[in-house]
Amino acid sequence: MIELISASRCTACNICVTACPTNVFDAVKGSIPVIARKDDCQTCFMCEVWCPYDALYVSPNADGPVDVTEEQLELAGAFGSYRQAVGWAEGGRQRPAPEIMQRLRG
Amino acid sequence: MVTASTGFSADTAVYYEVDVLVIGGGPAGTWAAIAAAGRGAKVVLADKGFCGTSGATAPSGTGVWYVPPDPARRTKAMNSRWDLGGRLADPVWMRRVLDRTYQNVNHLAEWGYPFPTGVDGEEIRTSLDGPDYMRLMRKRVKSAGVRILDHSPALELLRDASGAVAGATGIRRQKGDTWSVRAGAVVIATGGCAFLSKALGCNVLTGDGHLMAAELGAELSGMEFSSAYAMAVDHGSVTKTRFYEWAEFTYADGSPIPGAASKGGRSSIAKVLGTGQAVYARLNADAQEQVAMRHAQPNFFLPLNRTGVDPFKDRFPITLRLEATVRGTGGLRLVDEGCATTVPGLYAAGDAATRELVCGAFTGGGSHNAAWAMSSGFWAGSSASDHARQVRGRSRVATRSGQTGLTEGRGSRIDASSLIQSVRQEVLPYNHTYHRHADRLNASLDRLDTLWSDLRSTDAADLSEAVRTREGVAMLATARWMYRSALARTESRGMHKREDYPGRDEAQRHHIIAGGLDEVWTSTANVGGPADEVLAA
Ligand SMILES: Cc1cc2nc3c(=O)[nH]c(=O)nc-3n(C[C@H](O)[C@H](O)[C@H](O)COP(=O)(O)OP(=O)(O)OC[C@H]3O[C@@H](n4cnc5c(N)ncnc54)[C@H](O)[C@@H]3O)c2cc1C
Ligand code: SF4
Ligand code: SF4
Repeated sequence: MIELISASRCTACNICVTACPTNVFDAVKGSIPVIARKDDCQTCFMCEVWCPYDALYVSPNADGPVDVTEEQLELAGAFGSYRQAVGWAEGGRQRPAPEIMQRLRG
Repeated sequence: MVTASTGFSADTAVYYEVDVLVIGGGPAGTWAAIAAAGRGAKVVLADKGFCGTSGATAPSGTGVWYVPPDPARRTKAMNSRWDLGGRLADPVWMRRVLDRTYQNVNHLAEWGYPFPTGVDGEEIRTSLDGPDYMRLMRKRVKSAGVRILDHSPALELLRDASGAVAGATGIRRQKGDTWSVRAGAVVIATGGCAFLSKALGCNVLTGDGHLMAAELGAELSGMEFSSAYAMAVDHGSVTKTRFYEWAEFTYADGSPIPGAASKGGRSSIAKVLGTGQAVYARLNADAQEQVAMRHAQPNFFLPLNRTGVDPFKDRFPITLRLEATVRGTGGLRLVDEGCATTVPGLYAAGDAATRELVCGAFTGGGSHNAAWAMSSGFWAGSSASDHARQVRGRSRVATRSGQTGLTEGRGSRIDASSLIQSVRQEVLPYNHTYHRHADRLNASLDRLDTLWSDLRSTDAADLSEAVRTREGVAMLATARWMYRSALARTESRGMHKREDYPGRDEAQRHHIIAGGLDEVWTSTANVGGPADEVLAA
């Protein structure tokens, strides 16, 4: 489930408010969005992919909340790791050689 | 204007008059919108969530049934799933889908989708990353001149005096008001129904389109093929199953589970999980395969990385989440090659429509669904546009057709969360939906039918609860069609497994048609294809 919006990273662009398919966030005038309906989160990670500032963290536990702190997540390099993996961050997604990828076909 | 029949006010905050309204903005809906606009129609697309992230494809990504028009390869492709699908598919539709998919995917390449290059130097066009694909589709829909209404779930269809569809109304949930669209034709592309199981991207898929269409009298087909469960890390949502083909499955003590496999042995896994025991997986892959896997499906590895599991070394607990009709094949019945339903002006595409035509009784994933979504979407959008042109300028009085949850009644309002809970209790258990038996199906149906009759006198939901309420009503209706159809098929075929009828009965090589709301009925219809063991392309 969505666990956290990092106040230090978030620019209040509100892209996540628009992009979340289950309408979990609410925009707040003059501030960063809030996680308003956490129970509606379907753990699809789309907000992480669409957030240009890598300010969100979705825990892989879809069944219940998990305790996390911003410091822990920074240390673990969690912010933006998924956006990076799908190739939406700077630098794109480096594809291994075709011979290696070929190993999965067959 | 829309005439209010009953329920909350029809003086909606936004109102459009168009040729084609597309409900749902996944692959099927976006292809439908692009096709309709391409034929000159004025189009609105309304999505419950955000067109571009919502639905099963956007967070998941899909393999695609993309096969070049070489007879040998096409023949192989058609036969690879013919028998698995219980020979209920129709080879005529399979060929059409192969052709259409080939053309549509080539369009994606022209539009700039970044297909990778293979060892032969050719682009590999058999797989689409969800985020990239759906972001591109959103862009194309917009540049086709289609108006997109995001966060705008449709609640009910409008109909004219003849019973033809005339548009829809819904909610703008981020604005707290309502919308209505008058349209010459409507495409239902609302996806399947996965009963809020949290399978990847599936919680927006609650059978809303099935319900709305059925309220106008549309019929369903193949609803017994609704027993898909997909594997995920325990408590996880990422129901990406392909890499479990590399897995060995064990009990907590490390001993192997006999017969367990992702393909062809998922049933054994469900049996063990059903007893409350944990099931563990570990993937056996060499170093190069591991690199390729991590690159190919970052979403598969995400929950593992975040919990510090190395799936190639560590055993990790898994679960099966219900995907029901999303990776099943049942849905709205189609009556012609343009994807028309039995209701004039109403078309269906993607998971909302029956996929038996291309997959028969089984899909499980593996590219046919994605191919079906883009092909049926394209056809539905095209024929909706043609239909709309015929009715353009005709003055039609539109009335709202939504019933349960939207009409005034003497009783209290529906308690949406308790309704949803009750439906989920019936459909989630493996021994209700996966392994079926007449005794359990009948007992479930008794309870589900009682739930339905209890809803008949309820009062209209207020604005803030309308979406949730209609989702509950739609899931209840869907569960009843599923289980009635499952009872009617007294054999096992494809994904439909009856403990009391474990064998296939060739006399039942037909479709089960279902419909009705207060009284759910089933009947049979002939299959289009031959009973041949092997197909020719
Ligand atoms: C994890 C996973 C992996 C998969 N992998 C594959 C694969 O490899 N190959 C393959 O072929 N298939 C695969 N599938 C299946 C494939 O994703 C679906 O068949 C495909 O997404 C269907 O497209 P669709 O447009 O019909 O529905 P969806 O993509 O589900 O979109 C439906 C849309 O309708 C909207 N909607 C719902 N209700 C309403 C309403 N009331 N009003 C307005 N809008 C509404 C939703 O918000 C959503 O945007 C997979 C599915 C899952 C879950
Ligand atoms: S998308 Fe990211 S930066 Fe923008 S408001 Fe949301 S969390 Fe903040
Ligand atoms: S994970 Fe998905 S459902 Fe949850 S907040 Fe992010 S976008 Fe919304």
